[in-house]
Amino acid sequence: MDLYEHMGKDLFRAHGMETPRGIVAFSSADAASATAELGGRSVVKIQVQVGGRGKGGGVELCDTPEAAAAAAERMLGSDFKGFPVTRLLVEELLPIAREFYTSLLLDRARGDYLAMMTAEGGVDIEELARTRPEALRRVHIDPMLGLRAYHVRELIGTLPVEAWEGAGDALRKMYEVLVERDATLVEVNPLVLLEDDRVVALDAKVTIDDNALWRHPDIAGLSEQFPIGEVEARAKEKGLQYVKLDGEVGIIGNGAGLVMSTLDVVAQAGARAANFLDVGGGASADQMATSLEVVLSDPAVKVVLVNIFGGITRCDLVAQGILEALERIEARVPIVVRLDGTNAEDGRRILADAAHPRIVPAADMLEAAEEAADLAEANR
Amino acid sequence: MSILVDERTTLVVQGITGNEGTFHTLRNRAYGTNVVAGVTPGKGGQDVEGIPVFDTVARAVAETGADTSMIFVPPRFAAEAILEAADAGVGLVVCITEGIPVRDMANVRSYLEASKTRLVGPNCPGVISPGAVNVGIIPGEICASGAVGLVSRSGTLVYQIVHELTQRGIGQSTCVGMGGDPIHGIGFVEALKLFQADAETELIVLTGEIGGDDEERAAAFVAEEVTKPVVGYIAGFEAPPGKRMGHAGAIVTGSSGTAAAKAEALEAVGAAVARNPTEVADLVAERLG
Repeated sequence: MDLYEHMGKDLFRAHGMETPRGIVAFSSADAASATAELGGRSVVKIQVQVGGRGKGGGVELCDTPEAAAAAAERMLGSDFKGFPVTRLLVEELLPIAREFYTSLLLDRARGDYLAMMTAEGGVDIEELARTRPEALRRVHIDPMLGLRAYHVRELIGTLPVEAWEGAGDALRKMYEVLVERDATLVEVNPLVLLEDDRVVALDAKVTIDDNALWRHPDIAGLSEQFPIGEVEARAKEKGLQYVKLDGEVGIIGNGAGLVMSTLDVVAQAGARAANFLDVGGGASADQMATSLEVVLSDPAVKVVLVNIFGGITRCDLVAQGILEALERIEARVPIVVRLDGTNAEDGRRILADAAHPRIVPAADMLEAAEEAADLAEANR
Repeated sequence: MSILVDERTTLVVQGITGNEGTFHTLRNRAYGTNVVAGVTPGKGGQDVEGIPVFDTVARAVAETGADTSMIFVPPRFAAEAILEAADAGVGLVVCITEGIPVRDMANVRSYLEASKTRLVGPNCPGVISPGAVNVGIIPGEICASGAVGLVSRSGTLVYQIVHELTQRGIGQSTCVGMGGDPIHGIGFVEALKLFQADAETELIVLTGEIGGDDEERAAAFVAEEVTKPVVGYIAGFEAPPGKRMGHAGAIVTGSSGTAAAKAEALEAVGAAVARNPTEVADLVAERLG
């Protein structure tokens, strides 16, 4: 789960890190009053679950409350890289002497943590790592050993001496956030040295491991604040693995890999998937009904493709599930069904006997994709 | 021959008394796997259809000599279960559990580096050497014994591809589901190394997906060490960046981890890369002649 900047900063403060004073604003009036409260000047930043705000016009320096209101007016209700902007963070302006970059993240290839720091703030870190690797300090941390003093000394090495204490302190607290909050990424860009030598996190990018949210009910609760579409909300409520995409073929499959593969073959057949939906193992009649309901509730869907490979899942039960689902809900579009694996013949026979007008059986995955693409084209 | 598991494997199942644990234990035993023990804390002394249950893995190993463990423990306790198995000296741990926090797995990985225990998974369907032994949830009925070694991040793609191979009369030496989590045990490189050394395996199928760089590292290893033909398949060309596609590890981050980059990396080292699971079987059939 990617946190908004202001949520990340709440975590930082809870662990004793210094951040600018800030107020979350939901309207231009909020932004103006927040700016007045912060001394008449502020920086107004959109809160979205994606980076690149600085270059993309998502951050504005405002010299008066009126200017903040105008910036908020422009930002709120807009769309940033596909994410709706529904809230802003209004922060005090600080006397900055220097800007740095630092991050801690899970290195999935090595299975440990990677810490990075450089004296060059506000840079594209991948670009810097490529062009001038010597400017970037990188340290791998064994999770069993934790962040040690020698790691910190290595990391702060390119920073000016007056920043060492504050930056070292920030690193230790970021590591605390990483480990104690089950984060997979804690990035501060920029981390700044103020004129009075204090070191402050000007930004916060924190990603929390979804699999560990049960350990952090306070963080899990934050997810309700992220705007999601109607269909996605329904899928989430039903506990389905669902991702909205922008095509017209609704996809239901079992297993993440097979569903991804189904999206690909549909694209190869000339259509686009409207969603990713994994019904999971042992797909029951009820799960199938719920999945069909969710997928059909997306108005973009012109045809549904059900692609099941029965391993533990039995295809006869899947077939029954589809028929039961169609008794409960109305199928407004054709449903192409491909069943293979355990009891596939029984499953196909059940569907054939039912002869439901909306069900289009397919012999294999490629035929199913072709069929779905043709029907999508016909219904366009 | 085969890799990782064979006729001599003696299995202990952690979480044997749970619904899934019991179901798959008995399926594995019916397939021919020598299941010697189960572990459920607090249920030592009981049995599951004649399989003795112990309170700890150490006790199970001491009494039965189990050399391989299969884990069906809930995600909150699964990392602990892996450590327990490794600490008890089990040589191979196959962890089926999905949803283990990645920090727990980072700790496990750090510990396992200094131990002799190998891990398959977590969030995986397990390992099967067709005709001999099944440790996990891959349906034995769709497999056939033969010369293709298969390693896959996705479980259902193992089923799909094995099914396509078997239908054409092409059997498998061993199928390994390495799992869909960002931190996992045996990966492509280790599986390739084992298949390359396995006398029975004539061709290796590698099934990848978006996220991470396992496939790129596999490609580098193929270039250096693998002389057997390799057929690859990558799922997730249509996955948008920043969206997790079901598996915890299946996510394109920025421009890295894309299906296209992975397919290119494999093609660049001479692997044949299929566009879909059916084509995998076509390419394998061509190469085996």
